[in-house]
Amino acid sequence: MTNNATETAAVGVFLDQIDSAIASYLESCVHCGQCAEACHFYEVTGDPKYTPTYKLFPMVKMYERHKAPFSGLKRAIGLAPPVVTDDELEDWSRLIYDSCTMCGRCTLVCPMGIDIAGAIRKTRQGMVAAGVVPEGLNAAAERHLEIGSPLGIKPEVMRHIVEEQAKETGIPIELDKVGADYMVILSAIEVLTFYEVIGALAKIFKRAGISWTISTEAYEATNVGIQMGSKDIAATLIQRIVDAAEKLKVKYVISPECGHAYSALKWEGPNLIGRAYDFEVVHILELLDQLRREGRLPTEGKDGRRITYHDPCQIVRRGGIVAEPRHLIDQVSSNFVEMEHAGIANICCGGGGGVSSNGRAEELRLKAFACKKKQIDDIGGVDALVTSCANCRNVLEEAIDDYGMELPVIGLTEFIAAQIPDDGE
Amino acid sequence: MTFLEFTEGPMWYAAATIFSLGAAWRVIGLLRFGRKADLSVPRASAAVGAVKSQFIHFVPRGSFYKSTYFHILAGYLFHLGLFVLVLFAAPHIIFINQHILGFGWDPLPRWAFIIAAEAAFAGLILLWFRRITDPVVRLISDRDDHISSWLTFIVMLTGCLALAEDNDSLRALHMLMVNVWLIYFPFSRLMHAVTFIFSRGYTGAIFGRRGITP
Repeated sequence: MTNNATETAAVGVFLDQIDSAIASYLESCVHCGQCAEACHFYEVTGDPKYTPTYKLFPMVKMYERHKAPFSGLKRAIGLAPPVVTDDELEDWSRLIYDSCTMCGRCTLVCPMGIDIAGAIRKTRQGMVAAGVVPEGLNAAAERHLEIGSPLGIKPEVMRHIVEEQAKETGIPIELDKVGADYMVILSAIEVLTFYEVIGALAKIFKRAGISWTISTEAYEATNVGIQMGSKDIAATLIQRIVDAAEKLKVKYVISPECGHAYSALKWEGPNLIGRAYDFEVVHILELLDQLRREGRLPTEGKDGRRITYHDPCQIVRRGGIVAEPRHLIDQVSSNFVEMEHAGIANICCGGGGGVSSNGRAEELRLKAFACKKKQIDDIGGVDALVTSCANCRNVLEEAIDDYGMELPVIGLTEFIAAQIPDDGE
Repeated sequence: MTFLEFTEGPMWYAAATIFSLGAAWRVIGLLRFGRKADLSVPRASAAVGAVKSQFIHFVPRGSFYKSTYFHILAGYLFHLGLFVLVLFAAPHIIFINQHILGFGWDPLPRWAFIIAAEAAFAGLILLWFRRITDPVVRLISDRDDHISSWLTFIVMLTGCLALAEDNDSLRALHMLMVNVWLIYFPFSRLMHAVTFIFSRGYTGAIFGRRGITP
């Protein structure tokens, strides 16, 4: 880079993201490269550019040039890193958005304990300001803001799908019910592709005696703002859910089978809107496990197929929900086997962090599935793959098809509901 | 004043001051950015996570041993060897007694010193060898990484020479390099020896309150 290169105008936004935690990450990396060993994009390509810490280099350069202790001294004597240009950010966009699912697996192997995924999330804030967000994510954000769903699902479509599920199960589902205990929100993929989960919830909740509803004003759980790195969009989408929940006066909002939606609503949401909620956020797996403990999940018999469980990164590694799905599976399966790395070190589906919405990343995403495939193949002879994230499920199904594999992918809620007899209703 | 007296006297005090103030400024500079209070409802303790994180990152989590064994082995050979040399070599204990703490402790026997020195040299050489040969580490390495490695190597080498020859010039050369190392420390990635506490701590705290320590 030449000395007269023009620094990106977004530099201020990048620097604003750096608090003590991010600074400690940027200060501590010893360039050991071990994080590469935990990254599925590096593992399948062997290309060093996919080394997780390398993806942070523009952020590191801006920090060391402008904000780090002694940065002024280093600039004065010509030892500061060169400026970061818009062209460089354009190039880096592929590393930041296409080849990082923010799965956080690299933290497990980092001797400094650096949350690289968290730093990538902050870097994306700067990338938004620099205008280098992939088109797929921008389009999803537009739909989400205008229509209420990143897949463009309008309220009337949502209402129709819920009515269909109510008809199918024979269980009435009351929308916009003021005073219900629980408000269910759903991922767009669940509504559009895996809508049976609505019927499954109705079945389980009826047996458990749970009062619940769905808001027609905020039924979408996903948050494209979190994925692309726009705090403003993320906050707007969180506020919609908060407003609807408070309008309906619910005690709990159930975060559905969606990885990043849980992080967005439970962990980032209050910080995005600047206040705590008047309701409690509970993940569907936490609620189902609570019902199990209380004896309110009356399943009968067990599914005998040889199944394994794919841990969604945002739910397990970055969400802390590790034991609950296993307790639930043990209740309804007689042939559950764990993959190597299961739990905290599970391998990402390849499509998290907005990668699945990013069309230009498709080829790399499908390539990265080879890691997941190996993990599945290593235990051999599995009849079905259970998971608890609709995005993972969608990405896995597509990749399984692409690789010519025969392996059904099942949502955990549906897997449990299948063991609840219909005649009890 | 001999050169040895200079390196163990005024230069040592200047280097130690730059080291202490520089490292403190680097830490203060990092902490002054602050961090907003987390408004989400915790599931578990952030403090417990921060403490736990200090220990669990001494080894990679989740079956990564096969792919990272070289780095683990070389890293521990170097760091453990170096700590033993710094804290238990007889001349260091005398120096610490006379110039820093005012008291000392029993040094290592010579054979143990030799083992520690060999481990430290082997580890450092292996780590640097990896830095220049492994495509990943080569891509992400910069000038600072190489200067830090080489400075540390030269400090260790001159230390061994000084001990072996018991010669004032060699001892002065060692002290000179120690002083240069101390002066370089706060401006470099050598600071990881301090900042790792914060990176591990923040990650542990952030995720500890979520009920997990990645």
